[in-house]
Amino acid sequence: MNVIAGARDLMTRHLRESGIFVAFAALVILFAALNPNFLSANNLTNIILQYSYILILAIGMVMVIVAGQIDLSVGSVVALTGAVSAVVVIRMGMPWYVGVIAALVVGLLVGMWQGFWVAYVGIPGFIVSLAGMLLFRGLTYLVLDNVSLSPFGGTYYEIANGFFNGLLGGMGFDVFTLVIFGIAVAGYAVSQWRSRQGKIAYQQSVESMPTFIVKIVAVAAVVMWFGYQLSTYRGLPLVLVILAVLIIVYALVTQKSVFGRHIYAVGGNRHAAELSGVKVRRINFWVFVNMGVLASVAGVVYSSRMNAAQPAAGNMFELDAIAACFIGGASTTGGVGRVGGAMIGGLIMAVMSNGMQLMGVPQSIQQVVKGLVLLLAVAFDIWNKRRAAAAR
Amino acid sequence: MSTILEMRSITKEFPGVKALAGVDLDVTEREIHAICGENGAGKSTLMKVLSGVYPHGTYTGDIVFEGDTMRFGSINDSEDRGIVIIHQELALVPYLSVAENIFLGNETRNRFGLIDWNDANQRAAELLARVGLHENPTTPVSQLGVGKQQLIEIAKALSKKVKLLILDEPTAALNDTDSAHLLDLLRTLRAEGITCIIISHKLNEIADIADRTTIIRDGQTIETIDMADPASTQDRIIRGMVGRDIENRYPHRTPDIGDEVLRVEDWNVDHPTQAGRQIITDASFHVRAGEVVGIAGLMGAGRTELAMSIFGRSYGRNIRGKIFKDGKQIQVRDVAEAISHHIAYATEDRKQYGLNLLDDIRHNVSSAGLGKLSPNGWVNGNEELKVAEEYRESLNIKTPHVLVNVGKLSGGNQQKVVLSKWLYTDPDVLILDEPTRGIDVGAKYEIYTIINKMVAAGKAVIVISSELPELLGISDRVYTLAFGRITGEVPVADATQERLMELMTIERDQPLPTKELKS
Repeated sequence: MNVIAGARDLMTRHLRESGIFVAFAALVILFAALNPNFLSANNLTNIILQYSYILILAIGMVMVIVAGQIDLSVGSVVALTGAVSAVVVIRMGMPWYVGVIAALVVGLLVGMWQGFWVAYVGIPGFIVSLAGMLLFRGLTYLVLDNVSLSPFGGTYYEIANGFFNGLLGGMGFDVFTLVIFGIAVAGYAVSQWRSRQGKIAYQQSVESMPTFIVKIVAVAAVVMWFGYQLSTYRGLPLVLVILAVLIIVYALVTQKSVFGRHIYAVGGNRHAAELSGVKVRRINFWVFVNMGVLASVAGVVYSSRMNAAQPAAGNMFELDAIAACFIGGASTTGGVGRVGGAMIGGLIMAVMSNGMQLMGVPQSIQQVVKGLVLLLAVAFDIWNKRRAAAAR
Repeated sequence: MSTILEMRSITKEFPGVKALAGVDLDVTEREIHAICGENGAGKSTLMKVLSGVYPHGTYTGDIVFEGDTMRFGSINDSEDRGIVIIHQELALVPYLSVAENIFLGNETRNRFGLIDWNDANQRAAELLARVGLHENPTTPVSQLGVGKQQLIEIAKALSKKVKLLILDEPTAALNDTDSAHLLDLLRTLRAEGITCIIISHKLNEIADIADRTTIIRDGQTIETIDMADPASTQDRIIRGMVGRDIENRYPHRTPDIGDEVLRVEDWNVDHPTQAGRQIITDASFHVRAGEVVGIAGLMGAGRTELAMSIFGRSYGRNIRGKIFKDGKQIQVRDVAEAISHHIAYATEDRKQYGLNLLDDIRHNVSSAGLGKLSPNGWVNGNEELKVAEEYRESLNIKTPHVLVNVGKLSGGNQQKVVLSKWLYTDPDVLILDEPTRGIDVGAKYEIYTIINKMVAAGKAVIVISSELPELLGISDRVYTLAFGRITGEVPVADATQERLMELMTIERDQPLPTKELKS
């Protein structure tokens, strides 16, 4: 197979995925052209801080969706875990980490509860999590006695609002931030190189050396520019580090681990998976447990960001997370979807909200636009599948 | 009598496969016209072209119906002209009533735009009387047997003012009484002026009912014969369908049989939901290294149920019996355990149970043996690709590379992916359930060759098949299964289709023949 044909083949196979990247880039360029402040250091930092918890939810959600399920309860779980943490830290005066641990434990229990009903009783995730949405919202009201608790303050507040800054001094920009981004870029280049070498060793087709170098340099340039922007403002947000670690870990788990592959197998064809020795129930159970834990992480980040736990926190978060997955190429019938795609999908939602806010677009119009984007993204997906089927 | 339908040099291509290569068919008014051909010969494709499932433009050639050239864009267009097809898999909605099914998509409305159910039920009752079915039109379809459902399909066709009725394997799932009733009905309809095209594998049935028969092989019309002609024997039809000597359909193999690998004793299985209904009764059988053992049985005999209950209790409940592997008794409580004992089961329904059609060849090949690729929970992706490429080459899966989605492959190539997947688990015993169902003649030969390679490598192979010639062609020994009991064991040298059929039809309360032969 020659290199050119290989590249074209990759393009057609990944039209859906590459289409998302193009759409994302186009959106960024559009908003940058419409509003010079869009790409400012201040605003880029804001986007990360404001949407990190949606992205964290989307990581778990894409796994649930790939398994052929859905979780509507995550918004309520964000509220509940934040509330528990607030009770522990604010009302009981315990240290910040006890609050975090309490939230994570509650998330784990919530996940086990939902996983039990889905996997071992056989109730569709849609129903279980619809019930959970009411259940956990109600529990949130109970835990908080219907009032907001604030402020967390101290270290807990820093989780979503803190920055790594000035650790290595600065000259108008934060050196530490740039060093971290430099390491990240180097790590990316090395892993790409090793994967390329591995492919060559197994005699697979790879992109040509110039293409490879252009790709690495382009990614490095964009990332370093982004890092530089952050460094000129307040430095590296702590929550970005949390998010990056989660993305890397879950990208690996979904693509390279046996557990991840079993999720795709179950979502793609449950019966075939069962007859291939996959323990379908166990997979469904752990997918929901994982979602619960990630929802509690989002709950901690969100309560920290708000510096408060509110009874109505996290309302409609599930819809943003689900939209991120579908915009990012997940299939409504399961079996298809990637963490990376969901992240881009989430960023598209984030960039659209933020960009429209900067331009002063009213909330009503923002909702309309976001709704249409979701609809068109899935319509494109279906059109794309039909086109592929017609080519048979 | 005049020609009602003429199909001229119909050609239909799928990527990599020419399903139809210039088929001609002419059907006379008021006749029952049979179409014969092997699986994959192109019969169903031809009927899909005729009924507009494959719309005009996706094939070449002409369809002339009642003197007009037809350009059907969809199945609705052909039904408007009175061409109705009844598919092998019945298309009834189980929870709707008989009348609701009959008028589904064709409801007549009163002047308020609402359905007048009294009128609909009344007309449904008339249609049911025409097809000789004495059921209440308000009965849900799910409460009726397959034979009655088939009649409802015909009633539905009659409600559409059918002129040309196409039946795809209408009696495949019916018992003898229901079949006879259906064939009688077709004669009545012929007398009423309805033309029928019937696709069937049952040659005696065709000899019984058809006025003329068109034989199709490898996407081409071989001949159309008049069944009134004494020269139109079943042998002639078979010769036309197969087109070569029977011997050449199965690759030669010299058996080299070793020790017993798997033995199943006194196997009993109950129905998974209907308590007390026994599906398998006291089944015992064994298979040896380097041996191909066939299991013959009619539909509903419990072939798949037997295999799946052994394969990690994937079917049934209250499973009792013993399994011995290499002489030692083993426990097989789930599929993972079966795989760890080197037992493999390739399902009869690859799309529903065998493959993840959304994923590529690579991931499907590794899906049952993922543990081998991932010693510590992480999959070695490069090794995985290499493995898939090796199987692509050795099993001759026709595709440019292994990153193609299996949903895009032909049936034969999909079956090779299923076999690759199980071969990668290093099985000692392979249970192949209908390994050549729905695949074309050439690919069948390849599958047989692969089976031969398996046994040559010392594996034991159990083949479940409803095609007796196939079992006789590839097995060393054949067990017959009837109503959940193993009713006979015959070395292939002593087996004939008649002998096997006799054993396959022993009913539950009849005594079993004493074992004549012990190999």
